Amino acid sequence: MTITFLLNGETVQVDAPPTRTLLDWLREDRGLTGTKEGCNEGDCGACTVIVTDDDGPKTLNACILFLPQLHGKAVRTVEGISGPGGKLHPVQQAMIDHHGSQCGFCTPGFVVSMACAHMKKRSDFDDQLAGNLCRCTGYAPIIRAAKAAASEPVPDWMIDTPLENVQNAHLPENTDELAAWYADHPDATLIAGATDVGLWVTKQLRDLAPVAFLHRCNDLQRIDIAKDHTHIGAGCTMTQVLEWASDHFPSYAELIRRYGSTQVRNAATIGGNIANGSPIGDNPPALIALDAKLHLRHGDMQRVINIEDFFIDYGKQDSAPGEFVEAVSIPHQPNHLKCYKLSKRFDQDISAVCGCFNISIENNHVTAARIAFGGMAGIPKRASHVEQTLIGQTWSKETIKTAQTVFSKDFQPLSDMRASAVYRLQTAENMLMRYYLESIGEKTSVLEVQP
Amino acid sequence: MTVAKPLPHDAAHLHVTGQARYVDDIPTPAHCLHLVFGLSDIAHGIITEIDLDPVRQAPGVLAVLTADDLPFDNDVSPSAHDEPLLSKGEIFYLGQPIFLVIAESYLAARKAARLGEITYDERPAILTIDDAMAANSRFEDGPRIYAKGDVERAISEAPHQVRGSIEVGGQEHFYLEGQAAVALPQEGGDMIVHSSTQHPTEIQHKVAEAIGQPMHSVRVEVRRMGGGFGGKESQGNALAVACAVAARATGRPCKMRYDRDDDMMVTGKRHDLRINYHVGFDDEGRIAGVDFTHLMRCGWAQDLSLPVADRAMLHADNAYHLPTARVTSHRLKTHTQSATAFRGFGGPQGMVGIERVLDHIAHFLGRDGLEVRRRNFYASGGSISRTIKPHTTHYGMEVTDFILHEMVEALEVSSDYHARRAAVAEWNARNPLLKKGIALTPVKFGISFTLTHLNQAGALVHVYQDGSIHLNHGGTEMGQGLFQKVAQVAADRFGVPLAAVKITATDTGKVPNTSATAASSGSDLNGMAVKIACDEIRDRMARCLAELHQADPAKVVFRDGHVEVGADRLSFAEAAALTYQNRVSLSATGFYKTPKLQWDRIKGYGRPFFYFAYGAAVTEVVIDTLTGENRILRADILHDCGASLNPALDIGQIEGGYVQGAGWLTTEELVWDDKGRLRTHAPSTYKIPACSDRPDIFNVALWDGQNREETIYRSKAVGEPPFMLGISAFLALSDAVAACGADYPALDAPATAERILAAVNRVHA
Repeated sequence: MTITFLLNGETVQVDAPPTRTLLDWLREDRGLTGTKEGCNEGDCGACTVIVTDDDGPKTLNACILFLPQLHGKAVRTVEGISGPGGKLHPVQQAMIDHHGSQCGFCTPGFVVSMACAHMKKRSDFDDQLAGNLCRCTGYAPIIRAAKAAASEPVPDWMIDTPLENVQNAHLPENTDELAAWYADHPDATLIAGATDVGLWVTKQLRDLAPVAFLHRCNDLQRIDIAKDHTHIGAGCTMTQVLEWASDHFPSYAELIRRYGSTQVRNAATIGGNIANGSPIGDNPPALIALDAKLHLRHGDMQRVINIEDFFIDYGKQDSAPGEFVEAVSIPHQPNHLKCYKLSKRFDQDISAVCGCFNISIENNHVTAARIAFGGMAGIPKRASHVEQTLIGQTWSKETIKTAQTVFSKDFQPLSDMRASAVYRLQTAENMLMRYYLESIGEKTSVLEVQP
Repeated sequence: MTVAKPLPHDAAHLHVTGQARYVDDIPTPAHCLHLVFGLSDIAHGIITEIDLDPVRQAPGVLAVLTADDLPFDNDVSPSAHDEPLLSKGEIFYLGQPIFLVIAESYLAARKAARLGEITYDERPAILTIDDAMAANSRFEDGPRIYAKGDVERAISEAPHQVRGSIEVGGQEHFYLEGQAAVALPQEGGDMIVHSSTQHPTEIQHKVAEAIGQPMHSVRVEVRRMGGGFGGKESQGNALAVACAVAARATGRPCKMRYDRDDDMMVTGKRHDLRINYHVGFDDEGRIAGVDFTHLMRCGWAQDLSLPVADRAMLHADNAYHLPTARVTSHRLKTHTQSATAFRGFGGPQGMVGIERVLDHIAHFLGRDGLEVRRRNFYASGGSISRTIKPHTTHYGMEVTDFILHEMVEALEVSSDYHARRAAVAEWNARNPLLKKGIALTPVKFGISFTLTHLNQAGALVHVYQDGSIHLNHGGTEMGQGLFQKVAQVAADRFGVPLAAVKITATDTGKVPNTSATAASSGSDLNGMAVKIACDEIRDRMARCLAELHQADPAKVVFRDGHVEVGADRLSFAEAAALTYQNRVSLSATGFYKTPKLQWDRIKGYGRPFFYFAYGAAVTEVVIDTLTGENRILRADILHDCGASLNPALDIGQIEGGYVQGAGWLTTEELVWDDKGRLRTHAPSTYKIPACSDRPDIFNVALWDGQNREETIYRSKAVGEPPFMLGISAFLALSDAVAACGADYPALDAPATAERILAAVNRVHA
């Protein structure tokens, strides 16, 4: 497949197999070795690059970014962060001045993330850099550098404009094209953000042909607010979903803030996170709690199901060959949602338990409850017994304590490297208590405690 | 003076622009081959059948080697000759290399390596401490024991006793740059090797053995590593040897780097251990005697486990005078990765033991931990006189440079320790769900290799006739800033600007027989060796110029880029040219060995260390008693670098060391399943601290002092000691858990949210 994009300001045309990663191509074919491979799975950020498309610049992990995903876009690597004649970018100068590099291996990735944050005038550095691991510095000098550079102007060489009119016969341009093609090629692999599929290639070393890339289907990437629901296209990135959720369901937004990292959220799509059927994806529990509907598409046929019905069993979803997730819709509702993500590390970690609670209380009685968990079963799953125990009861600590006793009817979690079964069950029960205590104004999150 | 300036890392500009080259970035000659190991997928057993035809037939594969194909030594051990490059038929851990794929591309090699069909006669695997103790599976004949006085009597006669046990997990190095090597075959069987290693001489030695050549045929070059932390002291041997063997077999350049998952599955990590303790003490918490048992999981091969376990024993006192003590150390052999060096080299493990004991004593007596700690401190170095004799450690070394009384007093004030401790208690009284904790812990860390002969270093310095200087020494750069510190020394000796000094890659052809850059010793040893070499050249220049100007050589002054001879002032370049024209050598080697060391590791007696480096930290944390979630709110650190060679680089080591140490004891959890398979073998499952995990408030200051011993500019080593400041985070967590109930938390490490919740449950119960 022939791919055209801008690399550090120059147009390049590449003939490459569809699952050739940008990182391998940069290092092996172009000799641009500034971009590093630290983990080859999108967890360390040493390979961070800036990719600019019509939505503007964003950071992505080059190790799980396939070349076709770049078609028509502009890529900037660490080599393109300095200006003409080697003039340093303000974040580069600040990293030197504040001793932000030690071994230097993570540094190009940090510099790229910092330069992108700088361009976007973001000052939430902990979030902007959550996807960049450093083993030497303890991060303090890097943050000092980021702060020091913040007030400097954006160098003009950083401004990229994506290419125009670069259609590619191999890349579907809209959902209809995709649907028709996929119905004819039901064995194909669909690739949206590649934050999961990328690992099939870089870690499992699988050959994925045939593949279809979804990123040019603009009509899949829209969030539309209708009269009684919000319609989120499957191709919306988690960055888009985060922005939307901030206004409507702040706790869901806080969950997404901790979902992957900036680089991962810029690539990962909500559709991908649902369609892969993982029992530990963070969106499904929240969406189940919000009573979301899933829109599935096969050729010209569309159907709508309750999202919890999509997850049948571990590795088994309610979707036919050639059928794909087109959208998810969330009914408008008062915001009672709280999402609790439990992991070994706050940022960029997969949940051991993810509990989402949507409980309506009127006149101090529970009138409705939708509670769902990730990490507690082979699928994202509702806590039906718990819900039933709560509904109709007084909203009190006693009710919560009673409901806590029925969790084991809903869940028999497993032990693995993330957590033991005992811990999972106890914390799931305690999350309900946390919901209650928050509702009466208790301080419950260590993230909100100031020194 | 270039020394003592807070200059940036020598390669900072190269780092931030992406120009700094690591092994995988070095352009390779045409036809370079790529290597990947085929790994075992059982922990213990015998290979009964091995079918590598599918590997050989895979696209792009040139050759596949097994142990039978190795022409010379099949060994990559740094110590006991017990670590074959490729399995000789028996499998000792899950992830052990069995065969070596040589292919035209890295991807082809990776794909092919998964196609080996190996049949095993599986044997029971010894995986845990209890398995190993039951099977008496160990290195050395029995446990090592270091003892001082009649510990049993002291404990039993003391007013109080406590007994306890703590599990302390291992730690993956997670250097951002994985292991990597390239071998370039030369004429006549010679080999040039680029390796990401802390120990070029070891690479040279193992490669020479493996290709059947003397060491003079092998030249190893290391410009920089993308992090080492001890993980590249011995663990790079396998890749360099594999490259050299394959390069010899094919006549083509060969490169090998581990994919991150392979890196974590194959290489050794920090030793995990269980520490049992029994301590006797008085009403005020003064220790009368303490009996420690270290049960250390060393993995399948000896590697560096004996000196690691020794150093754990040597730090079982940390900063505290133990009137009587016994440390019993079991070095257990298990069917897991061979545990190896990691920043602190056993010291952190030993130190956690005694800090746990003091925490336990303080809790038992209901006293403030700092008060109990201070009561047990060694006598102040300043108060030692003819009448007050220095305390001795449990291994018979006098502690004459103890400065923690003064340092801790200063930190108490700067961190506002007492007021904050009261504020924490008050906050906890108001908050039923979230609990804060605070702890102050000190560090006293012994500086020197405990294998005394390693305490030596060499340097090679050239001054060219234009006055530019070529600097080389045996130390390696892994991010710690060694090259810059040593260059500052060289520039200072010649009185020239730093830009006049060219830092060059570590090279076994320039400085031979080097020790690993390890044990925090890099700048102590290499700084001195470089100083000696520079002074030799400088003295020759001075003599030559003095003679020409009929002046006193002792009065020739090198400063500000000039040389002052009597009334004349020459630029350094003119001086160099003149010296050259007068046929005086402008090249010199320098050699240094650490004085005053005398140590018997079997008896556990003597002076293993030249001096001690000190530090102290106060950490404040908060925990959630519903989930065990927790975070560090604030850390205040005061650390002793003597007279710092470069305060900016030293502070960098302290900040980074603290966060890495706190990571070890909190989020970094290694999990093996019951088959011996490491389940946490990538950053998706193994969680080192991320950006937001650093303390919200992070105050780091250097103690203003000088090393009492004659080290380079009276500075102190800084690589490892600050790592152990992270122990304060662990004990702050313990303090927060203790606020949940009456019982002692007995927290194990790493204190993941799960372990904290378990401890909360225990003290609630």
